[in-house]
Amino acid sequence: MNKDYDVIVVGAGHAGCEAAASAANLGSRVLLITMDMNKIAQMSCNPAMGGIAKGQIVREIDALGGYSGLVTDRSMLQFRMLNKSKGPAMWSPRAQCDRTIFSLNWRERLEKTPNLDFWQDTVKEIIVENDKVIGVKTKLGIIIKSKTVILTNGTFLNGLMHIGKVQIKGGRASEPGVSGLSQQLFGLGFTTGRMKTGTPPRLDGRSIDFEKLQEQKGDEDVVPFSYLNESVDMKKGLSCYIAHTSQEVHDILKTGFDDSPMFDGTIKSVGPRYCPSIESKLITFADKTQHQLFAEPEGWDTVEYYLNGFSSSLAWEVQLEALRKIVGFEKVIAFRPGYAIEYDYFDPMQLYHSMETKLVKNLYFAGQINGTTGYEEAGAQGIIAGINAHLKINEKEEFVLNRDQAYIGVLIDDLVTKGVDEPYRMFTSRAEYRILLRQDNADERLSALSNNLGLAGDDRMKILDYKTGKKGKLVEYFAKRSVKPQEINDSLSTWGTSPIKQTIKLKDIIARPQVKLRSLVPVLEDLEILLSDIEIRESEIVEAAEIEMKYHGYIEREKAMAEKITRLEELKIPEWINYHELKSLTYEAREKLSKVKPSNIAQASRIPGVSPADVNVLLIKLGR
Amino acid sequence: MNTIVAIASAPGMGAIALIRVSGEDAVRIVGRIVLRTSPGSGVRGPGSEERSPGSREKGPGSEVQGPESGERGPQSPVPSPLSPLPPWRVQFSYIVDGDRVLDEVLLTYFKAPRSYTGEDLIEISCHGSEYIQQEILHLLIRNGARMASPGEFTQRAFLNGKLDLSQAEAVSDLIASSSKASHQLAMDQMRGGFSGEINDLRSRLLDLVSLVELELDFAEEDVEFADRSQLSGIVEEISEKVDSLTRSFHLGNVLKNGVPVAIVGETNVGKSTLLNALLKEDRAIVSEIPGTTRDTIEDTIQIEGILFRFIDTAGLRHTEDSIETIGIERSYQQMEKARVIILVTDPTAPEEESLEWVKAVTKRIRDDQSLIVVVNKGDLVEGPGSGVRGPQSRVQSPQSDVRGPGSDSRLILSAKDGVGLVELEEVLLNFVTLRSFEDHDVIVTNARHYDALVRVQESVVRVRGGLETGLSGDFLSQDIREILHFLGEITGEISTDEILGNIFGKFCIGK
Repeated sequence: MNKDYDVIVVGAGHAGCEAAASAANLGSRVLLITMDMNKIAQMSCNPAMGGIAKGQIVREIDALGGYSGLVTDRSMLQFRMLNKSKGPAMWSPRAQCDRTIFSLNWRERLEKTPNLDFWQDTVKEIIVENDKVIGVKTKLGIIIKSKTVILTNGTFLNGLMHIGKVQIKGGRASEPGVSGLSQQLFGLGFTTGRMKTGTPPRLDGRSIDFEKLQEQKGDEDVVPFSYLNESVDMKKGLSCYIAHTSQEVHDILKTGFDDSPMFDGTIKSVGPRYCPSIESKLITFADKTQHQLFAEPEGWDTVEYYLNGFSSSLAWEVQLEALRKIVGFEKVIAFRPGYAIEYDYFDPMQLYHSMETKLVKNLYFAGQINGTTGYEEAGAQGIIAGINAHLKINEKEEFVLNRDQAYIGVLIDDLVTKGVDEPYRMFTSRAEYRILLRQDNADERLSALSNNLGLAGDDRMKILDYKTGKKGKLVEYFAKRSVKPQEINDSLSTWGTSPIKQTIKLKDIIARPQVKLRSLVPVLEDLEILLSDIEIRESEIVEAAEIEMKYHGYIEREKAMAEKITRLEELKIPEWINYHELKSLTYEAREKLSKVKPSNIAQASRIPGVSPADVNVLLIKLGR
Repeated sequence: MNTIVAIASAPGMGAIALIRVSGEDAVRIVGRIVLRTSPGSGVRGPGSEERSPGSREKGPGSEVQGPESGERGPQSPVPSPLSPLPPWRVQFSYIVDGDRVLDEVLLTYFKAPRSYTGEDLIEISCHGSEYIQQEILHLLIRNGARMASPGEFTQRAFLNGKLDLSQAEAVSDLIASSSKASHQLAMDQMRGGFSGEINDLRSRLLDLVSLVELELDFAEEDVEFADRSQLSGIVEEISEKVDSLTRSFHLGNVLKNGVPVAIVGETNVGKSTLLNALLKEDRAIVSEIPGTTRDTIEDTIQIEGILFRFIDTAGLRHTEDSIETIGIERSYQQMEKARVIILVTDPTAPEEESLEWVKAVTKRIRDDQSLIVVVNKGDLVEGPGSGVRGPQSRVQSPQSDVRGPGSDSRLILSAKDGVGLVELEEVLLNFVTLRSFEDHDVIVTNARHYDALVRVQESVVRVRGGLETGLSGDFLSQDIREILHFLGEITGEISTDEILGNIFGKFCIGK
């Protein structure tokens, strides 16, 4: 370790790792400080990456040149493409991962990253001079200087775990928390709050009667998360298992309510509504007599299972007694109980889109410290913070993704514009333009942008260029190729769609829901020749082309809508504007606008409490 | 923002006129041209709050009546700085231009932000002569105010958060409303009746979009997803609501601008006489010569607060006269624009001829139009016992007479003598009130709202089509979001947080 860095990243979770990797790969000298070198990129909760909306984020991180996708591909033990029956914008890759391999692979990649040093310690304090961060001070009393600092503290700031009446200070099971740093930030003027999240018990697989559970297998067809990988090297995947609670289980759980920190007022902070504890589910949905649970394997070489859906902070005895009433878990033994954890977060409205804080220059926040949940959401913020810290040092313009460019753009814009009132998780419905934000085109959306910064490598661009070139050829072929009725009508009726009466273009045939590009191959010889010309990534290219053609109308409509908003994005609001002087704004709007300091009219219009009338006032003020 | 001034009362001469001054300099500018004591008393300025003995001015807040005559004060009165001018009180003052006293006025000062515009606003009630109004206006402008552009007071009220957009729009409607009904509409709008309706629509949409989004974002969850027929049911409800609102626009427009009534009939059956009788003035040129009315003439009357716009038309007859032919063509065109058509017939004319016209006109009546057949010249028909039975006997009570679109009623009257006019008015009134108001609680009057609703309708059609063809939810949702967007253009934005909140509230999420 040196005494002077360009970027210090505090915390080596998913946000910290992506931040450190991106800044270092861009050429900054980076120091990653973590409490425990053996816990790098821990999957603290669910041993899975991706899922609906989250899978798209992992693809985006990868397209930008991050590591999350590569690590997932290396550590997955089950793959599923969720929502395959829906439109292509909804297809969402999800992988169960080997928790240990995941962590080790991350460490290995970071160790191979140039310009990146590690230091095992705890940051107690950041050093601020003239409203600008210039370094950190650690628990060991060491002062390390740096041009920028990225805080990715996760749940460790004043972390407090609850299991029934038992309370333990710490950031994760058997790991200490961090105190002092929050208080310092509070003193610097940051608004802080408390949030709550929880995790379920981990079970011993040897004690589970899997015969009684419903098996959930992975897909045969495994799609890599990383655009750099053409396939995933995974032996036959592992399965998850579905179990159900019952009225009997619920009754037992209810006996623990009196001692529950959730209900006796001990836990005051807000947990996520979409990921409630089992006890919350019993209260909120009292009429449901059973809830679904998933036993997810934690790794190839371990018997540990994660019980998804059974997050709880009830007393351990109650948890165990209830578990043993579940069919299949009659003799279950656990490795550890579920628990709830409360931690400090900082109102993300105090950040710019670059993730830099408005109060302290060159200080960046990323991940759960901003009130989000999820490895994917954390990694996304991390990579953007890392990029921007590097750009700031080099006096370059900040890197911000728009809402029509990436889920990452939606995520960060939501955070800095709306703030959070519960742990923030991504959903596809948060995106206005989700038909544009698909898992199949994150590379097309983002890789060139990142390559311009110097992050996404040329190898990536080479693959992308090949893919877009071949895809373009296919699309062009469909646009130009005419088909005669006698050529195709037999096939059309086989596929259950009406025959054509005159010669039409092939693109109008592929637009029909019943027609698949693949099934056209035996019918059209020239198409077969065209496909045989594709040497690598044929399935990926065919899929991308098919989506583009089949959903052309929807994609174009969404693009048109996005362009409308883009015009508002271009109406910049000068930094010096004093909202309190604009008496024509409602009081609430003045407050909110002053707090968020939106950079443009479109962002202003998204702030809750800013009405269309307020936006009109701004437009008039700006002379529109 | 600079200070604006305008005459707020109607143009022309009345007993009193009102001039409004609004802006941060309003007090200062008005202060330069007023003198709040008798020009001769020598007491002026801020001190004038204190009533000086001998001053004839009454205290603040009193129903001031000033000195009897404005012709006084030759001793060079100096304008007073008007501070402190007590707000929200009527103040008697003189308007002075240098040495010259222009008028005696009443001032009311509305202090910001508690004024219509949200700015300092002063209302000057002066005498109504055009000369005085103009002089005061010019005086204010010379002292730093600027002539307001049309609607600028309301615009400022809007900008200062005193009114929201649809309220501001309603204010302009309110000012322009010329009948009880249009006034009622504008008032409803201003009080937010329309917003209530839109909000109701939004909550239905929110249910719909939540159900659609549920199966997208939470496909992995253990929740029951809505089946397509359930979604279709909600879409139907929404569709009906939107249709009803868009339809009401035509009605709203009619009420705002007056119900167009076309009076048609053969030449010389007395259409113009009827119009004049209704208007109670000689509006159309009436003569014994058939075909006198070659141009359509429009005028309005109010019956029970509803505005009717009457269109007199050239007589219908076959003619060689080219001008007359154009007139007849125009009559038919005017008929198309009308909602109610009064066909006037002449009982003295050959019966077949009348019937022919009735047939010809009836053929042209659309579903949304109503026809009233009036047998005019009741006075020419023999004695009360035979021909002209009292209108009451032929015309049943208006209530029962009013039927759905396309129906007609028939009554006998004498336009010349004014017999049966009251009954005709009643019939007219009932055509509008019964048919319109009861169908719609809320009526869309604003073109901007109407445009948004038409766009909503288009999207609803696409959603319905998508449901029928089994389109995936992500595409359905594109259209539903568009609907929410257009509704947002009317009231305010919907955020995706609302959708998620709705989902979390209703479904058990979290596997």
